[in-house]
Amino acid sequence: MRNTLHPALTITASIIFIILIAPLFIILGAAVSDTNYLTFPPQGFTMRWFSNIFEISAFRTTAITSLQIAFFGTFLALLIGIPAAYALNRFRIRLPSWLSNVFVLPILVPEIVLGFSLMKSVTIGLNLPVFTTLLLGHALLVLPYAVRVVGASLASFDFSIEEAAISLGCPPLKAFLTVVLPNISAGVIAAFILAFITSINDVSISLFLTGPGISTLPIQILAHMEQFFDPTIASVSVLLMLLTVGVMAIVEATLGLTFLTK
Amino acid sequence: MTVSLTLDHITAHYGSTQVLEDLSLAIKAGELVSLLGSSGCGKTTTLRLVAGFLEPTSGTIQLGERDLTRLAAHKRDIGLVFQNYALFPHLSVRDNVAFGLKQRGLGGTERTAKANAMLERVGLSSFADRMPAALSGGQKQRVALARALVIEPPLLMFDEPLSNLDAKLRVDMRVEIRRLQRANGTTSLYVTHDQEEAFSISDRVAIMNAGRIMQLDRPEVLYQRPANSFVARFVGFENLIGMTVTARDGETVTAVTQAGATLKLSQSVFGAIPDRFVLAARPDGLAVSREGEGIPVTLGIRTYLGRAYQYQCTTPAGDYLGNGPLTELLDPGTAAVLTPVPEQCCILPSDA
Ligand SMILES: Nc1ncnc2c1ncn2[C@@H]1O[C@H](COP(=O)(O)OP(=O)(O)OP(=O)(O)O)[C@@H](O)[C@H]1O
Ligand SMILES: [Mg+2]
Repeated sequence: MRNTLHPALTITASIIFIILIAPLFIILGAAVSDTNYLTFPPQGFTMRWFSNIFEISAFRTTAITSLQIAFFGTFLALLIGIPAAYALNRFRIRLPSWLSNVFVLPILVPEIVLGFSLMKSVTIGLNLPVFTTLLLGHALLVLPYAVRVVGASLASFDFSIEEAAISLGCPPLKAFLTVVLPNISAGVIAAFILAFITSINDVSISLFLTGPGISTLPIQILAHMEQFFDPTIASVSVLLMLLTVGVMAIVEATLGLTFLTK
Repeated sequence: MTVSLTLDHITAHYGSTQVLEDLSLAIKAGELVSLLGSSGCGKTTTLRLVAGFLEPTSGTIQLGERDLTRLAAHKRDIGLVFQNYALFPHLSVRDNVAFGLKQRGLGGTERTAKANAMLERVGLSSFADRMPAALSGGQKQRVALARALVIEPPLLMFDEPLSNLDAKLRVDMRVEIRRLQRANGTTSLYVTHDQEEAFSISDRVAIMNAGRIMQLDRPEVLYQRPANSFVARFVGFENLIGMTVTARDGETVTAVTQAGATLKLSQSVFGAIPDRFVLAARPDGLAVSREGEGIPVTLGIRTYLGRAYQYQCTTPAGDYLGNGPLTELLDPGTAAVLTPVPEQCCILPSDA
């Protein structure tokens, strides 16, 4: 049986929904406008801004960089985050309580500050290659998601299952891989998706860490807008939106969207 | 091959809190010994020590010829049955049972054959392809049992394996566990806080308190001849009367309670009686009568037990529970005497 909602609630919810959704339609409109500047409502209709994206090689190279950084950065974050989340949950009673907060710190520090300090320390201090620096910066940015989301599924994990495996002759590392990991896989996938999307969308950290010849897509969008202010950026945004919708559709189909908000 | 398990002077800590204090325990080959005690007394801790999930601060653990004390948990070869079953949620019933065999390097067909045979023994053949989530509590418990038994471990350990089941199933399952344990002659350590369960299933029972074993004996001995006040109270000796000997005349000993009441006890019934001791009795070991020799009391609340009346009895030294015959109905407030029934009483060393 469906509950009938109070009209005021329905109206408020609709307004909020429209406010959230409207800009997306404006971008969609602006992307097909047959003008040399960004405008809404669109004047005329053209797909040339979409093809323009592929003619500007910077969009292609930065998109590839962004995907690489997001993929490997997230991978790195999970490589550190999963064992960290495991240790934090497994040995909760024996560890000081502040330790789990250490892994959330990157969320609390303003990203601008994080980006700047990474530039100071890693780019200038260690003089690492730009790509490596970006990778480390993004890994650090998404580490809290990895630790928290994986940690959430470990919090409800019954560790006596792991002990059962060990008592049956399974060495601890193998027990982790064959018994613990399969049972927290949903959390790992969720962490991966959240971290990946966060990384792909990041501006503030990348702003400080990009360097000669290497940039990420959001930074390229900014740079392009400063120079041209044409509908190309609107069409890039549309493509990014479609990518996100695609990822979400996969999540919804496999795990259900509520999974990300758990 | 059956082997013995020996825990020798084990002390264990969680952080700085001591949980087990100088605990020694020897289980003979093929024997089933229960650890019985109230919550928090260290039963699970003892199992975890033997399983290798916790290291003792001092002392040694020996299984047959092998010294387990510092051996990694996965090399100990012990079958464990957990209270919450701890089945692998992502594996089918058959794969759960076959898990230990896989770790031992058995090939696929042999594994399946052995797992199937074990499932047959616990009556779960038709559930082999189910996932654990689709099983009832009793079925899960049997899978857990099969999983531990199939590796044919020299030692089986159970941590309150039946506490999540309903009363009827509990009785069925404990008979089942006993049958399987007997059939294989596997040395077993069984943890429970249910006295009836411990007494019915075990060859011997260790009664634990605050990290120590108070008495380890056959159930009959524990029930009839507790060795100290703690065990006595645990097995239902509700009356513990502190006494001091005032005179000895051959086999007859005269002793007084703290309130000054005098009793004559015979050493030919009780064995040697020390100068200070505790007389322990269940309510049916203290006979209530209107007059005679014994401890003078004032009667309190009377309850009808079917075979007798039970009276609450007040003395200046404390309250006791005694039983009186159905033929003599006494009212609250009446003065009466309590007479120990020698065969039903025990003499225990004084606590102090
Ligand atoms: N991980 C732990 N850290 C600190 N103290 C613990 C830990 N586990 C148990 N303890 C303490 O050790 C003592 C013994 O615990 P144990 O689990 O062995 O009790 P138990 O006899 O199994 O009790 P129950 O019947 O409730 O299961 C308890 O006082 C408990 O509070
Ligand atoms: Mg316990």
